[in-house]
Amino acid sequence: MAVRLAPGPAGLRPGPLATWSFAVRQLRFWLTDYRRTWRGSVISTVLNPLLYLGAMGLGLGTLVDQHGTARLGGVSYLVFLAPGLLAASAMSTGVEESTYPVYGSVKWNKTYQAAVSAPLRPADLFHGHLLFVTLKLTMSCSVFLAVSALFGAIQSPEAIAALPVAVLTGLAFAAPIEAWTVTRTKDTSLTVVYRFGLIPLFLFSGTFFPITQLPGWIQPIAYITPLWHGVALCRGLSLGTATWTGVLLHAGYLVLVLAAGIWAGNRTYGRRLYV
Amino acid sequence: MPADAALIRARGLTKRFGGFTAVDAIDFELRRGEAFGFLGPNGAGKSSTMRMIGCVSPPTAGELSLFGLDPVADGPEIRARLGVVPQEDTLDVELTVQENLLVYGRYFGLSRPVIRERSARLLEFVQLADRASDRVEPLSGGLKRRLTIARSLINDPEILLLDEPTTGLDPQARHVVWDRLFRLKQQGVTLVLTTHYMDEAEQLCDRLVVMDRGRIAAGGSPRELIESYSTPEVLELRFDPSEHEQAAEKLATVPAQRREVLADRVLLYVPDGDSALSAVRRLGLEPLTSLVRRSTLEDVFLRLTGRRLED
Repeated sequence: MAVRLAPGPAGLRPGPLATWSFAVRQLRFWLTDYRRTWRGSVISTVLNPLLYLGAMGLGLGTLVDQHGTARLGGVSYLVFLAPGLLAASAMSTGVEESTYPVYGSVKWNKTYQAAVSAPLRPADLFHGHLLFVTLKLTMSCSVFLAVSALFGAIQSPEAIAALPVAVLTGLAFAAPIEAWTVTRTKDTSLTVVYRFGLIPLFLFSGTFFPITQLPGWIQPIAYITPLWHGVALCRGLSLGTATWTGVLLHAGYLVLVLAAGIWAGNRTYGRRLYV
Repeated sequence: MPADAALIRARGLTKRFGGFTAVDAIDFELRRGEAFGFLGPNGAGKSSTMRMIGCVSPPTAGELSLFGLDPVADGPEIRARLGVVPQEDTLDVELTVQENLLVYGRYFGLSRPVIRERSARLLEFVQLADRASDRVEPLSGGLKRRLTIARSLINDPEILLLDEPTTGLDPQARHVVWDRLFRLKQQGVTLVLTTHYMDEAEQLCDRLVVMDRGRIAAGGSPRELIESYSTPEVLELRFDPSEHEQAAEKLATVPAQRREVLADRVLLYVPDGDSALSAVRRLGLEPLTSLVRRSTLEDVFLRLTGRRLED
């Protein structure tokens, strides 16, 4: 009799409750792990928005504003920039969390291998880590929003809704990248994500200038990237110009990318850890 | 599950990686309280078998059950009752000894007070209590192994799987590990281990199978294996290098079940070593040194896995 092959997350006996509790067990691992590094992480969480909004928003912004802000939608550069940076920093956190920490768990410390020899299943590790990334994003994005408010870069109370949107943006990067990272056998492939993914997106997704400034043929590429949707929606909410159609379109796209990432990760985690 | 039913049962268990067959249709059964060993050279399929038993590697074909459950469908349920000591350490070296136990205990859904109580007891057991709050990274290989063993016991497992538990350890560290495993066995924990050390197998295993190229070459208790695959005694003779070859030829006339000619020695597998030595002397041969010893598992192992040229 041949046994069933390649167990996926489906078909395993523990029900949804167990699945949730298994993911929480893995989340608690990451929280224990975070206790080692939280001081440094909190410092950079606060420093990043201060530095970026200070240098770009105030420094560079003063120059930009002198040339008229019609193309920015009639707001100061700082007000234009802050929600874009919020989304971009969420992306950056999402990418950081889903590359080296995940790679290290499989290849260096092998804590993932340890966890699957306990009751946890590969998909539980994936979900547990995404929960941790969600917490981290919520923390860093809240700080970012608060600092933006202190800089006077927020125009609308709707900006509070930019928090979940930024978190969603970060997750829309974390889930698919994590699904891919876990399959990697060399850490050099991770640098590709930074070189050809993170940095170009950071610069060309409407964070620092409207993408209408770019050549026409490049603009559709920006529409495919989750970051542009995150930036556009955060900006709309922060300026108070968001429409329901826009919200549904942008958030819908981000949810779609996140769902695709979760679907992929449920499979790649299993393939990597059940060999 | 009836009390006498097999705790682990495999029929035609097979693991293939692409075109390579790592485990080739093996059968075995294990009962509660046994210490069972997979013995074999590197690449024999021991670790692949262990990973299938550990429910982290779906079998390609055949049947496998643990506690009467299916490893593919019931992995979490089975693993909750297993302790695993992998071949390579999978400790979180950034965390402390204590934190490693805490993190691992939580994977089993144990509460913090339970983990705290068990950790104290387990660290005492593996003689690591004084290192509880040290980071794992700088610990020696032997200490890490002991921590891994402590960690594998945090869920009070019914079966402990040990993949080459003492590979890479110095003799002192190996003996500490053996001593702890022996105590666990006395406490009724079922042990399943792989090793390529004969002394380890002889010390710990009630029953073992010798694996070679994915198949089981032989099985039984260490004594049974020696009785079936070797002679009670072995006579080891060493001659002057200039006479070695000639002497080896002459020895063919000495009655022996098997004769092995090595570069520096000749081994005669015989029922009685002393009378064989007298027979050697009657041929007019005077070895530089002679040693009569009992057959060991190593003799069985080398015969079955064929590392030497045999008569």
